[in-house]
Amino acid sequence: MIHSLFLVNASGDIFLEKHWKSVVSRSVCDYFFEALERATEPENVPPVIPTPHHYLINVLRHRIYFVAVIQSEVPPLFVIEFLHRVVDTFQDYFGVCTEAAIKDNVVVVYELLEEMLDNGFPLATESNILKELIKPPTILRTVVNTITGSTNVGEQLPTGQLSVVPWRRTGVKYTNNEAYFDVVEEIDAIIDKSGSTITAEIQGVIDACVKLTGMPDLTLSFMNPRLLDDVSFHPCVRFKRWEAERILSFIPPDGNFRLLSYHVSSQNLVAIPVYVKHNISFREGSSQGRFELTLGPKQTMGKAVESVLVSSQLPRGVLNANLNASQGTYTFDPVTKLLSWDVGKINPQKLPSLKGTMSLQAGASKPDENPTINIQFKIQQLAISGLKVNRLDMYGEKYKPFKGIKYMTKAGKFQVRT
Amino acid sequence: MRAPPALSASAPRNGSRDSVSGALRRSASSSSSAAAEMSASSAFSDEKGGSASEPEYGHDPASGGIFSSDYKRHDDLKEMLDSNKDSLKLEAMKRIVAMIARGKNASDLFPAVVKNVACKNIEVKKLVYVYLVRYAEEQQDLALLSISTFQRGLKDPNQLIRASALRVLSSIRVTIIVPIMMLAIKEAASDMSPYVRKTAAHAIPKLHSLDPEQKDQLIEVIEKLLADKTTLVAGSVVMAFEEVCPDRIDLIHKNYRKLCNLLIDVEEWGQVVIINMLTRYARTQFLNPNINESLLEESSDKAFYASDDEEDEDKKAEVATLAKRKPYVMDPDHRLLLRNTKPLLQSRNAAVVMAVAQLYFHLAPKAEVGIIAKALVRLMRSHSEVQYVVLQNVATMTIKRRGMFEPYLKSFYIRSTDPTQIKILKLEVLTNLANETNISTILREFQTYIKSMDKDFVAASIQAIGRCATNIGEVRDTCLNGLVQLLSNRDELVVAESVVVIKKLLQMQPEQHSDIIKHMAKLIDNIQVPMARASILWLIGEYCEHVPKIAPDVLRKMAKTFNNEEDIVKLQIINLAAKLYLTNSKQTKLLTQYVLNLAKYDQNYDIRDRARFIRQLIVPTDKSGALNKYAKKLFLALKPAPILESPFKDRDHFQLGSLSHLLNAKAGGYQELPDWPESAPDPSVRNVEIPEWSKCTSRKDRKEKKVEKPFYSDSEGESGPTESADSESDTGSGSESASASDESGSGSESEESGEETESEEEEEDEEKEKKRKKRLDKTKAKKPAEESAESEQSSGTEDRKRGRKAVKNQKSASESESESESSESEDESEEEESEEESESDTDIRKKKTPVSKQPPKQSKKESKKETQEMSLLDLDDFEPAPASAPVTPVNFLSSSLVSDLEGLSLTDTILAPTTIAPSGLIKMYELLHRITGEGLAVEYCFSRQPFSPEPNMVAVQIQFTNNTNSETKNLHIEEPRMQSGMRIREFAEIDMLAAGESVTVVMGIDFCDSTQAANFQLCTHTRKFFVSIQPPVGELMTPAFLTENDFKKEQGKLMGMNEISEKLTLGEKCVNEHVIVERVTATANLSRVPCGSDKECRFAGKTVSSGCLVLVTVTTKEGGAAQLTVNCEKMVIGTMLVKDMMQALSQ
Repeated sequence: MIHSLFLVNASGDIFLEKHWKSVVSRSVCDYFFEALERATEPENVPPVIPTPHHYLINVLRHRIYFVAVIQSEVPPLFVIEFLHRVVDTFQDYFGVCTEAAIKDNVVVVYELLEEMLDNGFPLATESNILKELIKPPTILRTVVNTITGSTNVGEQLPTGQLSVVPWRRTGVKYTNNEAYFDVVEEIDAIIDKSGSTITAEIQGVIDACVKLTGMPDLTLSFMNPRLLDDVSFHPCVRFKRWEAERILSFIPPDGNFRLLSYHVSSQNLVAIPVYVKHNISFREGSSQGRFELTLGPKQTMGKAVESVLVSSQLPRGVLNANLNASQGTYTFDPVTKLLSWDVGKINPQKLPSLKGTMSLQAGASKPDENPTINIQFKIQQLAISGLKVNRLDMYGEKYKPFKGIKYMTKAGKFQVRT
Repeated sequence: MRAPPALSASAPRNGSRDSVSGALRRSASSSSSAAAEMSASSAFSDEKGGSASEPEYGHDPASGGIFSSDYKRHDDLKEMLDSNKDSLKLEAMKRIVAMIARGKNASDLFPAVVKNVACKNIEVKKLVYVYLVRYAEEQQDLALLSISTFQRGLKDPNQLIRASALRVLSSIRVTIIVPIMMLAIKEAASDMSPYVRKTAAHAIPKLHSLDPEQKDQLIEVIEKLLADKTTLVAGSVVMAFEEVCPDRIDLIHKNYRKLCNLLIDVEEWGQVVIINMLTRYARTQFLNPNINESLLEESSDKAFYASDDEEDEDKKAEVATLAKRKPYVMDPDHRLLLRNTKPLLQSRNAAVVMAVAQLYFHLAPKAEVGIIAKALVRLMRSHSEVQYVVLQNVATMTIKRRGMFEPYLKSFYIRSTDPTQIKILKLEVLTNLANETNISTILREFQTYIKSMDKDFVAASIQAIGRCATNIGEVRDTCLNGLVQLLSNRDELVVAESVVVIKKLLQMQPEQHSDIIKHMAKLIDNIQVPMARASILWLIGEYCEHVPKIAPDVLRKMAKTFNNEEDIVKLQIINLAAKLYLTNSKQTKLLTQYVLNLAKYDQNYDIRDRARFIRQLIVPTDKSGALNKYAKKLFLALKPAPILESPFKDRDHFQLGSLSHLLNAKAGGYQELPDWPESAPDPSVRNVEIPEWSKCTSRKDRKEKKVEKPFYSDSEGESGPTESADSESDTGSGSESASASDESGSGSESEESGEETESEEEEEDEEKEKKRKKRLDKTKAKKPAEESAESEQSSGTEDRKRGRKAVKNQKSASESESESESSESEDESEEEESEEESESDTDIRKKKTPVSKQPPKQSKKESKKETQEMSLLDLDDFEPAPASAPVTPVNFLSSSLVSDLEGLSLTDTILAPTTIAPSGLIKMYELLHRITGEGLAVEYCFSRQPFSPEPNMVAVQIQFTNNTNSETKNLHIEEPRMQSGMRIREFAEIDMLAAGESVTVVMGIDFCDSTQAANFQLCTHTRKFFVSIQPPVGELMTPAFLTENDFKKEQGKLMGMNEISEKLTLGEKCVNEHVIVERVTATANLSRVPCGSDKECRFAGKTVSSGCLVLVTVTTKEGGAAQLTVNCEKMVIGTMLVKDMMQALSQ
């Protein structure tokens, strides 16, 4: 399946290569570089590039291209999904997945890659299993290892490999048993010029951080499970139970994991928490354009809208923007023409606004496109869909765990067309 | 030219420089060897990154030049590798691996590294493995030095070491060791650790790619591994199958149902591979579920005519139509696949979701395909690469099944932040989804898109509008008007694209749009994009009759600029000239000649050719032939309007989700998706799965029963309701469903039970299909009769329900058969036991809350019946003669037995197992002494019953006795601490144990065929006790039933290492055969195999976890001497068993 992997940084250097079958010369990446050159934007490189003898499948994460070389038919998503899993694992191990982090930990990276694939076919991708095989590097462990001469590599087959719950390792022990669940919802919306909603949907996830001793068996139930239109589970969730009772029943992995991601049916009316009043106009013949933007809260269920960030890609003709923000700071990058305005919290009494003029290239005709405005925000302690966790129960273990549930709403791809 | 590794490091500097520069030169020509290329690239990167802070350089501050550092570096690394300290070796290996990672050549260190292959430090060893796999191919001779280490590793007791030895051994691409690899793979394929077997499956494609001639042998191994029941192996072996022998579909038959049932528990990557393979499999084995739709119209017509037709018209045709008319009935296996894959749509892994989606798209009835849409739309939230692939597939799907995605139209709306390639794919989908009802909203969206800053996207949007306009007649004018407005856009690209699209649209109805053509003629002055200019010229030429005044003027302008135009424009100018000459020669004759003259001397030969050709054709000369007359017809023929098609049309002949589909070209190794067969191949090929442990004498019968299974399950569905009607609440049916859900939850469901649940669910689907039912009824009517004949049950008037039960019992009987000794008393106990097991859930419930008498009575009645019949069957199998005798009393007996059992069930059914130990064969062990347990005494014994929830667990019966004066509460197990692979299935917590009472429970332990102890804590409400259960080796088995011939055959297979033979002197009491049999069966849970000679006693069994055969032969000789022979694949078990047996027999 996966023949080789090349890691390419933003400046087009191959800084790591790994081969699982016979060695493929790194010159194969030339085809990738060609495609990279052709693509105007970094994300426009086609994920699959055919070459005379190989196929290159690449993903872009953290400004690093992960280029997998394959030789014969394989589902492309298989490779793509695997590459993303590799990145997730690196992130899990090193905190960040940057070129520097990978270079610093090149041996661990190599050991990980060796364990994750055998002959190009995924072998172990569960983080709980990998962590038993190769312990994540920490400063403490490095010190201990140099003193005692012990290694980062496990000598026993991780118990998860053979058990029916491969995602959980055995013999987990904590003094404080705790289980935290974050319900995070994102609103994807397109708002048109007049302020009416073209499309809006809610995507949510439940991220869990479970640190429980032994083999706990958890059930999580919702007040209103009917809201959930489409769901995807971590493999630990018992599907039949969900089908029959709409209850999430699972033996959790140890540590952080994504329990569930869901989609709230698009039939439901989605509450849009913010509104934007805008007036962006260019006049023919003049080298000035007007820019006015006002934000306000709309349907927020009484919660504050925080961490608001507005960004907009202004037309190419704009040379500079001379604006005045009533709150927060704005920046304008004259090269990329990206305007971003860090608003912070919206105060309903005093709505934040950004007003001023844009200077255009002299003599150029007025740009006929209007920029779209992307908005990011956060609302704490609110799941905008109204989803509520009813209760969390634990079976199989005797102690009383500490349980916590947090709700949050964020903007996903929230766009306003002007 | 590969420098000898030992030399290159110590080579003089100049020499190494030469080789490097030589390599550089050669790398330009593509024929350089891999090694040369490596050194070249390393030298290259050295030059580039010489000043970078790299660990290799850090050690030698003086190293400025490339070559000296190269020399130095390797020298000190070698020193470190040769040292005695592991830490130094580790440091060196880490640096070497870092070099490899960066693509630098480290091959000259090979001899120094390979020495450390047997290093004790596991991390060093792993890194050496990494190095070895990377360079072994280049240094084959030296690599051979390491082979013996791996061979030793293959025998290591630690499964991780065995597995990694096999992994490395098989990854070394050295042809000489192919036989060794083959041997290692074969051995590992029957390893007791599933992890090692998984590794063996991975090794298969490696060996295959190294030496394709081993294919036949490898297929044998694949076949063996396909039969493996663990989920861990399933994905890997199917991957090996796909790579080595994807055309051997016949290997799948027997494993098909198992794979379907295991699927949900297989790791996600394996799921993808299995689903893709099963898609192909299903395409060859089942009928097209949508066949009726495509045939509906025509076949119904035919049917009418057929009835009117003369008989001799052709009977064959009639038969054919009949066959077609026959209502489509989905094969239950087909349904099984669809049902078992459906939950995987909820997977977090996009590849799995896509695999299921393509399976449904290719295999499901039209009405059911819709369910995949939601999941695919969900994937669009994922990373952009995932989106890209999914959208490609959605685009193909929307062409075939537009309705499926229509509700999700808005999910495909485009955001300005999407990457261009995603935008264009979304546009494609939106265009495919457009129809009369939603076109207005889609067009409104398109209008915003046209204003985007992304010009490629704008161009694609314009094309999309064009396609909508051609596909939907109503909006054609609107679109055309919109596009015409775009002609005044400031962006040239937009205008050009619009021109091209307008040209295509105009071709459909040119008459009405002469003003548009005029408008476009004006544009020719401004537009510079060649394609657009060419399009305008073509339009004017084609419709020059509509614009008679403008056309010649355009030609005049073009003639002026002819020399500066692009080729494509020039060709159109010639074209225009020719057409004008034909229609309006008076005005344009000179112009045409001028243009043709210019073209005659053009640089491009196409243009010169075209000019010459046209001149001959249109300008009448003396020589001009017959064609001249037809010139007008040739040039001004009515041209069909182009059809704007989606590029995704007909892509679905590639399997969706595949690389080939994405590229729209066949990728290497792509397996074509076969067409549906005309008629279904024999479905019974999938039936032949016999669980290994019940390979008993009546094998043939069993097979037949299996075939009939679906029918019975159907009848089960029918009789189900009545059953639950007369039994009140939680009766047998409750326990049934409970155990079913138990099994499905446990993950390692046995095929049997998996099928059972399957067929139970099946009813719902099948109940709808009434026609099928009718047919089934007939067979049903027959089947019970057969059944009863088989089991020699006299009552011919048996109702269906009974018939079903008979089957059920036979099945459970077959399970318990493995237990039953030939002695009657044993049988007796067996029945009670298995009965209790089958109802264990209800029993427990009963115990907790003694409900009204009715339900237990009811269930007892049923179970009693089963008991009786079961005993009959057992007798059938072993004592055929008296079988018919006790049959008649069955029905009479049952009522009286009910009352008998009533008492039993109410007192303590759980106690039953202990009471059945009278044979004295079952030994009690102490788990917790009365004193250490502070009054709680716990004893356990191996009840030798199959543990019904999980057949590969050993059933351990535990008896708690409360010797204190107070009650003990909440007895349960906590924190099992097990060897890897071992599992425990706890008993249900005992709420309360009154003073002086005792209670017995059964728990299951999977010892993985080892005699390692299972440690756990036994907890009461006050105390915790650490206890452990260690099984004697004889308890790790379960009897197997073999005939004498089978026994000999199996024994023949287990010769050599697998045979252990010892001489012994029999103890004084071992006087006759009977005692020997008793001793042996007491030591190990084996069953006697019939034997012709009276000097020999044979016994057979299987290990519980992995089902390896254990064969024991005791040959008695003169004077109390005897020979004991044990044949077992697992040598450890064999030796231990011999030891135990010797002890037992010599007493």
